[in-house]
Amino acid sequence: MTGPDPRSEREAGGPDDSSPSYALRAVGRPVRRLEDARRVRGEGIYVDDVHVPGMLHATVVRSPMAHARVRALDASAARSMPGVEAVLGAAELREALRPIPVRLVPDDRLLRYLQLPLATDRVRYVGEPVALVVARSRAVAEDAAERVEVDLEPLPAVTDAAAPPPAALFDDTPDNLASLIEEGFGDLDAAFARAHRVVRLSFRTGRHSAVPMETRGLVAVPDPGAGRDRGRGRLTIWGPTKVTHFNRGVLAAMLGWPEHRIRLVEPDVGGGFGARGEFYPEDFLVPCAALRLDRPVKWIEDRVEHLSAINHSREQRYELALALDADGRFLALEAEMTNDMGAYLRTHGTVVPGLSAGLLPGPYEFEAYRCRVRCALTNKTPTGTYRAPGRFECNAARERLVDRAARVTGLGPVELRMRNLIAPARMPYARGTTILGEEVSYDSGDYPFALAEAASFSEFRSNSAGAGRAGRHRHGMGLACFVEKTGTGPFEGARAFLDRSGALVVATGACDVGQGLETCLAQIAGDALGVDHAGVTVRHGDTDLIPHGVGSFASRGTVMAGNAVHAAVTELRSRVLARAAARLKGAADELVLDADAVVRGPEGRSCTLAELAAEPGLEAVHYFRSEQMAYAHGVAVARVRVDTATGLVAPEQIWLLYDVGRVVNPGIVAGQIEGGVAQGLGGALLEELRYDDTGQFLTGSFMDYLLPGTTDMPLIVHRDLGGSPSPRNPLGVKGAGEVGIAGVGGAIANAVADAIGDAEGGSDRLPLTPERVFERARAVRPTQAPGDARAAEPA
Amino acid sequence: MKPAPFAYRDPDTVDEVLDLLAEHGDDAKLLAGGQSLGPMLNMRVVTPAVIVDLNRVRALGARGLSAGAGFALGALVRQAELEDDPGFVASQPLAAAALPWIAHRPIRNRGTVAGSLVHADPAAEWGGIVLALDARLLVRRAGAPPRAVAAEDFFTGILETAVEPEELLAEVRLPPWPVETRWGFREFARRRGDFALAGVACRFEVDGAGGGCRSVRIGLIGVGDTAVRARRAEAVLEGETPGPDAFAAAAAAARGEVEPLDDGHASAGYRRHLVEVLVEDALADAWARDGGAG
Repeated sequence: MTGPDPRSEREAGGPDDSSPSYALRAVGRPVRRLEDARRVRGEGIYVDDVHVPGMLHATVVRSPMAHARVRALDASAARSMPGVEAVLGAAELREALRPIPVRLVPDDRLLRYLQLPLATDRVRYVGEPVALVVARSRAVAEDAAERVEVDLEPLPAVTDAAAPPPAALFDDTPDNLASLIEEGFGDLDAAFARAHRVVRLSFRTGRHSAVPMETRGLVAVPDPGAGRDRGRGRLTIWGPTKVTHFNRGVLAAMLGWPEHRIRLVEPDVGGGFGARGEFYPEDFLVPCAALRLDRPVKWIEDRVEHLSAINHSREQRYELALALDADGRFLALEAEMTNDMGAYLRTHGTVVPGLSAGLLPGPYEFEAYRCRVRCALTNKTPTGTYRAPGRFECNAARERLVDRAARVTGLGPVELRMRNLIAPARMPYARGTTILGEEVSYDSGDYPFALAEAASFSEFRSNSAGAGRAGRHRHGMGLACFVEKTGTGPFEGARAFLDRSGALVVATGACDVGQGLETCLAQIAGDALGVDHAGVTVRHGDTDLIPHGVGSFASRGTVMAGNAVHAAVTELRSRVLARAAARLKGAADELVLDADAVVRGPEGRSCTLAELAAEPGLEAVHYFRSEQMAYAHGVAVARVRVDTATGLVAPEQIWLLYDVGRVVNPGIVAGQIEGGVAQGLGGALLEELRYDDTGQFLTGSFMDYLLPGTTDMPLIVHRDLGGSPSPRNPLGVKGAGEVGIAGVGGAIANAVADAIGDAEGGSDRLPLTPERVFERARAVRPTQAPGDARAAEPA
Repeated sequence: MKPAPFAYRDPDTVDEVLDLLAEHGDDAKLLAGGQSLGPMLNMRVVTPAVIVDLNRVRALGARGLSAGAGFALGALVRQAELEDDPGFVASQPLAAAALPWIAHRPIRNRGTVAGSLVHADPAAEWGGIVLALDARLLVRRAGAPPRAVAAEDFFTGILETAVEPEELLAEVRLPPWPVETRWGFREFARRRGDFALAGVACRFEVDGAGGGCRSVRIGLIGVGDTAVRARRAEAVLEGETPGPDAFAAAAAAARGEVEPLDDGHASAGYRRHLVEVLVEDALADAWARDGGAG
């Protein structure tokens, strides 16, 4: 690093204000993940590893058409096949079907667009469940599923969210718009009126989604007779994750059961990324079948159904206009956006486009802002969240726009951003927008420092003057600044106790989807009590452990559960020391708890934690509440090589600089960053869920849906900028799960534009497939000459 | 993703295989490496009544230099065997150069050359190779003498070949590598190992110093219902002095004669463009190489 450290300006509010009052022994160190050994040895217990005597197997019959009326469903041939126990269609389940509710920010106006677990009179996307077959094996179930005859009367399919719709998905909504969202502040017209120039951009992100290595799955195990006897037996379901308590509540409401009679248990989980773990149609159908048949029922999603059944995400298109003054300062940002919601609203309602609208301004100052979003229904798989939902998209759109402005103004990507980034002295910064019903307020962070570091670390150099753009193979660099919302509330809880051997056990309602939550919570808990983190047992994701839980999403696990664990164990420690003080005849503050779990008091007296824990009372429960989120930030930089003859983009290196406040485990954060970058490259270059004009799904296998593999990965280097712990929680932590992916789309798009030139009016669109890049490179070529870029852009 | 029920037979001899094919015809599918058939069964794209597993038929695993120093490959010869065989690599440089482009090593460990050819995916590398090499394909059926099919007559439609339901592609015969032949192989896929959006296998000889190109063969993959020879491009280059101008002219001819598919992976126009780029590159590669094997 060269030059003065910009951080020195704001030492007053500095890092140490929020430090816990005890010594940090494990927190902050890259300790090994406690949960990894069993997983790398193949000893993890995933949902498909759950076997229950007498278990049956289910498969879902799905709609082959995008939009149709259901005339009839004939399952008689399937039912008569040997080994088939039941075929449940609309006729059998109609009375039991309730819409799957919105989990985040429910809104009564959206109720009519919610999905029933089973289509009754109409199907609205390829892959929509129309029946469930239960048989003695999955193979028999699939044989029978082929013989379920669904008589469909086709309707025109809506596949383009922006075009005039050829049909209405819901009869009372002819324009297919489920919702209109408007965000903004300031006097937009006045700001545009005094603009020195206006820069415009059309930008699209492609429909894609999470592809966890482990697909979804459920094993529903009713106590014998539980389906008949509404008084007693319980229902246990293995396989849920992410939001087990919420999902239990949904199922209980659908079944008309009290919640305590349903237990959801999260086994080991092979990845979630936002998509896995929401309440899906199968989360009702499989338990419902188990209760009706009074038998355990297993359903494991296969990869083909996964790609059309799990929430899709990301399909947005933007029309952007940026007003600048003569000095290159941003005056105003105006955005019209269309979000393709798919056929129904699922548990996220309109949260994803809302996040885009609320966070599109990113880390920059604007006098005025307006974003209007059309949430359009189409005959495609319904959508939900995927890692950095709404932000991967809006960050990419905004950063492309800023790069175009950098070229038009001649200031270059770094200088233009420097002139407009929110200064650290402005923290906390009221963004003037709202997300998830909460006013956006950035808590801390030095955005200009991050950009300066990124430019210097990556030796950032753009071709924006036209240099370096010659020959078939061209290099380009691009960067993207971003702010990441993390630590979404409203609460998370922890129950901490010493078992009779003196070992610390912590239970929480948060879930571990593979991200390392067990280890992070053990580090926090061990430090708070003053014992070795490796001896702490962390239990999670089981609704019997704790009455309330929210779950693992929105980069909230370490922020919410971490602070709950911190508070619960801190309280537990004071109880331990109070009890020890009485026993050892000393004051609590002169006792020492050493690494061997022995409390040492005055005059050589001591006792073990096991001795103290022999009597009940050493437990504590704390629910940590948060009214405002913590905002991480960072910069992604990409260097690419483009073969202009084929359009192939080869990412050569990614730099990712981030500030996530206090880091609990740098090793886990590094894993989050690298994994996020990898998924971001997928969305930027490869992954796209495609449909034809009739709504047929074209990407139902990995032959057609292209994921990046290890050999597609460039060098990824990253750096923790540190320096801005969140003032909004005692640990000073911010979420790290999504900072890796948030800026990658924008950085790659800018790097490609840097390499081939910025075609005016071209389709600026992710993923940057070779064909799209080739077409863009060809469109640029005739007009491109060194130094001519500024003339090409009208003010 | 469970296959529909099927009967399974695993004969020991070629004759038994042919008898089973005579008995079941269209209802049977042959299983060699299973790298295409396996997924198609699991997705129920195919639902054969009988699977005839070739893997116990040892005679079909033979490979080696045949009479006249060509290379004969039995129906069970795996892609990876050839990749690892110095004798094959030295005597068949064009095929050897294409092998690493075929999917991924784990797939090549099981997948067979003959299986790839009879599956006849238009993007499969072996289609372009056999066309560029003038290979012959030996087909057998019960109670009849073997018949040899020329590579250019082998591919009849998308996923269709000259092999009848009652027949087995028993052996692939690559002719002796002509001395002083120059060759090139190029393909373009979005990720290494994916089916090519387009690809080219080419070879030509040059008459002495400063002479013209002759025996030009250009096999294209991924740009139509089947692998095809770019005959107009071959004719354009035939007799011409090798060099950038001649290669560009041949590449332009190839672009003009292909009829690629417009599908979700790429438009027909883009595929035509790729053909031109790849043919020009592959011919330039060939010219830059010393003649002869290796």
